[in-house]
Amino acid sequence: MFDACADPKSLEGLSWLFCYLTSAKHVDFYWSFLTVLLLLAITAPAALGMGFVGATAARSHVAPVSWLGKIYIWMVRGVPDIIFFLFFVIALDQGIEYAKSLVVCDGGAWPWQGMEFRVCPAAKVPLAKSAPFWHQAYGFMLAVVTFAIVFGAFVANVIYGAMNAVPRAQLETAEAYGMSRGQVFRRILIPQMWVYALPGLGNLWMILIKATPLLFLLGVKDIVYYARELGGSKTQAYEYPHGDWRLWYFLGLMAFYLVFTRISEIGLAKLTRRLSHGQATAAGEAMRKAAA
Amino acid sequence: MKRLLIATALVAASGAASAQDIVRLGTEGAYPPYNFINDAGEVAGFERELGDELCKRAGLTCEWTTNEWDSIIPNLQSGNYDVIIAGMSITPEREEVVSFTQAYLPPASSAYLALSADADLMSGPVAAQTGTIQASFVAENGMQLVEYATPEETVAAVKNGEAVAVLADKDYLVPMAAESGGSLVLLAKEESIGGGVGPAFRKSDEELRGKFDAAIKSMKCDGTLDAMIVKPEYFGPEAKTWGDAGKEGC
Repeated sequence: MFDACADPKSLEGLSWLFCYLTSAKHVDFYWSFLTVLLLLAITAPAALGMGFVGATAARSHVAPVSWLGKIYIWMVRGVPDIIFFLFFVIALDQGIEYAKSLVVCDGGAWPWQGMEFRVCPAAKVPLAKSAPFWHQAYGFMLAVVTFAIVFGAFVANVIYGAMNAVPRAQLETAEAYGMSRGQVFRRILIPQMWVYALPGLGNLWMILIKATPLLFLLGVKDIVYYARELGGSKTQAYEYPHGDWRLWYFLGLMAFYLVFTRISEIGLAKLTRRLSHGQATAAGEAMRKAAA
Repeated sequence: MKRLLIATALVAASGAASAQDIVRLGTEGAYPPYNFINDAGEVAGFERELGDELCKRAGLTCEWTTNEWDSIIPNLQSGNYDVIIAGMSITPEREEVVSFTQAYLPPASSAYLALSADADLMSGPVAAQTGTIQASFVAENGMQLVEYATPEETVAAVKNGEAVAVLADKDYLVPMAAESGGSLVLLAKEESIGGGVGPAFRKSDEELRGKFDAAIKSMKCDGTLDAMIVKPEYFGPEAKTWGDAGKEGC
């Protein structure tokens, strides 16, 4: 990367360390932090959306819709995350390719042949000839969908509980004013449920942050992959040989996660204060008294 | 819906890429000097140079990808890549699920790496990487086996005292011993296991396997394969080569 780093084996001390920490592989490592942040930025709203739909479905008055919502929540919450991650990503990947093969391949042969999964080359997603970027983007997308489904189920349960926690008197008053069921839902229930949902959602956000190393299980090159790869001892075959430094790399990751979760805690505390304002809860009441 | 759009966009974008067929080569990227990820973040090592040369001779455009060792065969079968070039020994068990070409490396010895030259292999667990011929060998020969997912971890286990020794390909262990400053030594005892190292293909991919087989043969015939094996950065002048045996039927 830098001219001074052209011959790493002749370097010593700080200049060696500087060149080591700016090698192309380390730059990939630094970018992988963005991968993790990007995953969180996409997954959190997606899981919130899934959870909202799931909770709304679960408390629907139409029985089949309600069953669907409840089965979704129960199934995903009941299966260990790791099993879900290992199974679902393969199933999703092969399902997408099978669906595509029905459209683009002739004949439509059954793809599961003994140990092999075989579709025509045109049905591969992404195609074999695609740039490596698309292979990574596709793997990332599978991860986002899986995270959204898993965390969506937990979010659905939190929101379902929060919707039931809104005082019945509030809804009855709205009905007495002649609002329809939809109007009560939109105008009274949704604005008031957030303050009940927030502690649960905040918890899930923290768990989601801590669950991002699962990306590594899905074959996405995240910070855990790079920490293990860079930290492992390196022989003279490498430009920068060194011993087993995994401890230091994992310490770095620990610091990253601690700082990140601390910032999240502060943000969540602020959000709770804002949402409590004017609510018929103990926190809302305390704020009203303090102001008066 | 949004996800569907993204998926559609991905499919459309990937379809627009170049029309040339690309063969995807899968490797582990953690087993120097066979294959490893160098400091530029690229696949390097003996198998990188070999794979590129084979693709050139077979007239194929190839692209490298890495995969964890323990799922490297399942992911070949589900079509994530087309060839495994990852220091994989040809064994009857593996031949039941994938097909190999002729070997590109002759059967190599496996060696034990331990903290001292008089380590007793029966006194405690012996480390090996999961799913390797060495792991099967340890288990079948009455030693206590402890398995790890990566080669790196097997060596770390010996340093930490979790295992009395590690059994792995000698070519992988020699630099480990040489650069440990005397804290790790190779035992005199060596094992001869496996039937040479070759690339693996899906059983349904007979055509691609044929192309690679021909390319390996041509490299044996003109001696370039032997020259590549003995390069100092790979296996060195002491390494076993094909010699005249490789030139039969040229």
